[in-house]
Amino acid sequence: MKKPLLVFNQNGIYCPIAKIYMDAWRPVDKVIISHAHADHSKNGHKHYLTHPNSVPIVKHRLGNINIESKEWGEKFTINGVQFSLHPAGHIIGSSQVRVEYKGDVWVYSGDYKRENDGISTPFEPVKCNTFITECTFGLPAFNWEKQEIVINEINDFWEECKSNHQTAVIFAYSLGKAQRLIANLNLDIGKIYTHGAVENLNEVIRSYKNLPKTYRVTRETKKEDLIGNLVIAPPSTHGSSWLKKMVPYVTSSSSGWMTFRGARRRRAIDRGFVLSDHVDWKDLIQTIKDTEAKNIVCTHGYKNIFSKYLNENGYNSFIENTPFEEEEITGNNV
Amino acid sequence: MFDFADLVEQIDKTNKTNLKVEALEKFFSSASDEDKVWAIALFSSKRPKRSVKTSDLRVYAAEIAEIPLWLFEESYHIVGDLAETIALLVPESKQSIEPPTLTQLIGEIKDLKKLDEVKQKAYLTNRWSHLNYYSKFVFNKLITGGFRIGVSQKLMTKSIANVTGIDQDTIAYQIMGDWDPEETTYNQLILSPSKEDFIYKPYPFYLANPLDQDLRKLGSCSEWVYENKWDGIRAQLIKRNNEIMIWSRGEELISKQFPELIEMGKFLSNGTVIDGEILPFKNGKIGSFNDLQKRLGRKNVGKTTLENNPVILKAYDLLESNDLDIRNLKYIDRRKPLKKLVLFLNNEKLQLSEYYIFNNWNDVEEAHSQSRINKSEGLMIKNINAFYKVGRKKGDWWKWKVDPLTIDAVLTYAMRGHGRRANLFTDYTFALWKTNDNGDRELVTFAKAYSGLTDKEFKKVDSFIKKNTLERFGPVRSVQPKLVFEIAFEGIANSSRHKSGVAVRFPRILRWRQDKTIKDANSINDLKSLIHE
Repeated sequence: MKKPLLVFNQNGIYCPIAKIYMDAWRPVDKVIISHAHADHSKNGHKHYLTHPNSVPIVKHRLGNINIESKEWGEKFTINGVQFSLHPAGHIIGSSQVRVEYKGDVWVYSGDYKRENDGISTPFEPVKCNTFITECTFGLPAFNWEKQEIVINEINDFWEECKSNHQTAVIFAYSLGKAQRLIANLNLDIGKIYTHGAVENLNEVIRSYKNLPKTYRVTRETKKEDLIGNLVIAPPSTHGSSWLKKMVPYVTSSSSGWMTFRGARRRRAIDRGFVLSDHVDWKDLIQTIKDTEAKNIVCTHGYKNIFSKYLNENGYNSFIENTPFEEEEITGNNV
Repeated sequence: MFDFADLVEQIDKTNKTNLKVEALEKFFSSASDEDKVWAIALFSSKRPKRSVKTSDLRVYAAEIAEIPLWLFEESYHIVGDLAETIALLVPESKQSIEPPTLTQLIGEIKDLKKLDEVKQKAYLTNRWSHLNYYSKFVFNKLITGGFRIGVSQKLMTKSIANVTGIDQDTIAYQIMGDWDPEETTYNQLILSPSKEDFIYKPYPFYLANPLDQDLRKLGSCSEWVYENKWDGIRAQLIKRNNEIMIWSRGEELISKQFPELIEMGKFLSNGTVIDGEILPFKNGKIGSFNDLQKRLGRKNVGKTTLENNPVILKAYDLLESNDLDIRNLKYIDRRKPLKKLVLFLNNEKLQLSEYYIFNNWNDVEEAHSQSRINKSEGLMIKNINAFYKVGRKKGDWWKWKVDPLTIDAVLTYAMRGHGRRANLFTDYTFALWKTNDNGDRELVTFAKAYSGLTDKEFKKVDSFIKKNTLERFGPVRSVQPKLVFEIAFEGIANSSRHKSGVAVRFPRILRWRQDKTIKDANSINDLKSLIHE
């Protein structure tokens, strides 16, 4: 058997021939970053490479690092191994990594979704022999509605809060989900206010991408200003004193986990909207078909279950462990 | 149109009690009378009989969802609720048809029993493919039984009271007992019940709150009386129209399980209701709850069981005397006729739960500390002037339990939880050390526990379990023995049914002992030393 082009070692996903890592979780010399979420772009590497849309965010988070960028589809070769980045549609700048050596093609998906969310560049399937896929939502119980439908539900929820003279609070991950909401919600209803963690990222992203106007919640913000408007805040603010000054408010969350009634109740929120930046079951299967890959490596999520399913359906699939997002809800990667 | 599925959806979409009540009021003022009756039944844990085997249901659902059965099962373990799993997995309907009413669905489900498998499956496929998500969820809940969706009976009675103008306590009383939603009407049950309907109903039980403040803040010590808090089955013994019945606090008719108490009841006069505790009582001594368990869960009790596991009724209140509802008398005024009745009956199966009077708080504390010796769980503190109220009402009845027994045990197995803990490993099995015949120490399972950690701690333990799984057995995982927890429990007894040789009552997690390694955990012998006869 041929030596695998990419391996999982204690530091990350590694190409031994090119001596470069992808999304390394321990400090390494050279790394390709799929996207700017904290668990994928760690501190301490000597040299970073990523898509231009991720660069400002990674720099904002990690400070003055040694970083270069490559456009989608731009080929670059390291020690005879050809690399290129391709849109993954997960968040702004998120990329799949295509790796080719002597006719063998591997693709590392990073995190991805198939629907055009209006802010991330839409996912493009890349043909390969071996596909390393995430399966955060690799269960048939997950079936996303079209974004338009979910956004309408959130708009309705906002209108309802407004007519009841309440503040609509929606918990969303600061990078990705927050901007997706901002780009799609109906601003005729009112203003969108943001928590500082969200607004800091908005400011970074606005330097190269248009985003509708939002308002930072500050010490000076009065609760009367907020009533009838919508506040986007990270999930960690739920139950905090920061939130309490917004009374009367109604809480909601937007994530794929909101599929489960139990998950909604556990969070003690009023409303849950099923809106995910990951692929659901049907899109996972569709993507695997589209890549035409025969070998499927399943990483974080319901990898055991999904891999078993693939093996029963004629694929050669196995699992690899990563520290990204253990199986479930515990992390903040929504 | 606001039907039952709409109600469930509304309740599901809020975390606020007033909005839940609002939705319930909307339902109870607009639904058809027959649907209202069924809704009351469902929220009071009365469910239609199961007419399809759940194993069949899983097979049908997997087929319709076009997935292998094992994948359906895996999904179920993660979603944590069968009705919800099916609703998520069988394809959503895009057609809108007039949704069937609650009563109609229940009728159809009842008739399913008579159908063969082919017809059952055809019916289910048809229904599933024509219902939207919430209707599908409700439909599945009706089939699988159990309707715990965040509406307490109290919330429901409050809403009906608001809509009808009838007093909430009266409604709580009206919906007690063994009524059949198919045999009664909304009018009969709620709006104008007839006197005869009450003959077979127990009164709503008055429940105490845990003492959550300093004893001395209760005011004067002499305004209260003190009883032992017995650990048995709370029950009402009723005699009316020459019929005797026993109702448990869980509103189950348990007459058949306790024939000797029914026998004793024959000597009571008609129109008598005694509130008390059924206690195991062998050789003239109060036994442990474990002994009582042998009397439960049986349709009929045989002669040997009766002889080996005798019981008594410890009476602590009289609710009806000579056909009169005396719940509005003061505690001491109810106790006088109760004492008279027990003395007059002079039957070993009926004993008085004596109350104590103390003149200072120190004596109360002293009595509390003696609880275990008296085979009680602590003290009940009751106001001498208190009426017998409905449900859990704060102020006049307090329960003051003794501190639980505790032991440090090792987490060895874990299972995913249900409901709000779906998809989190929250159901744990704990083990203690035992020296085996070869002289080696091994871990032996002693109890399961589900509660006691904060959500944050559960998350951490959940993450530990996922990273330290040794083996998977369906939904259960064996876990690397590393974590130590202090387990609290109320009672303890020898048991031949348990591998450890010991049965504990109400085990729960007291705290995560992150300061301890598994070597520091206790042994089975330590546990046994807590048993005192």
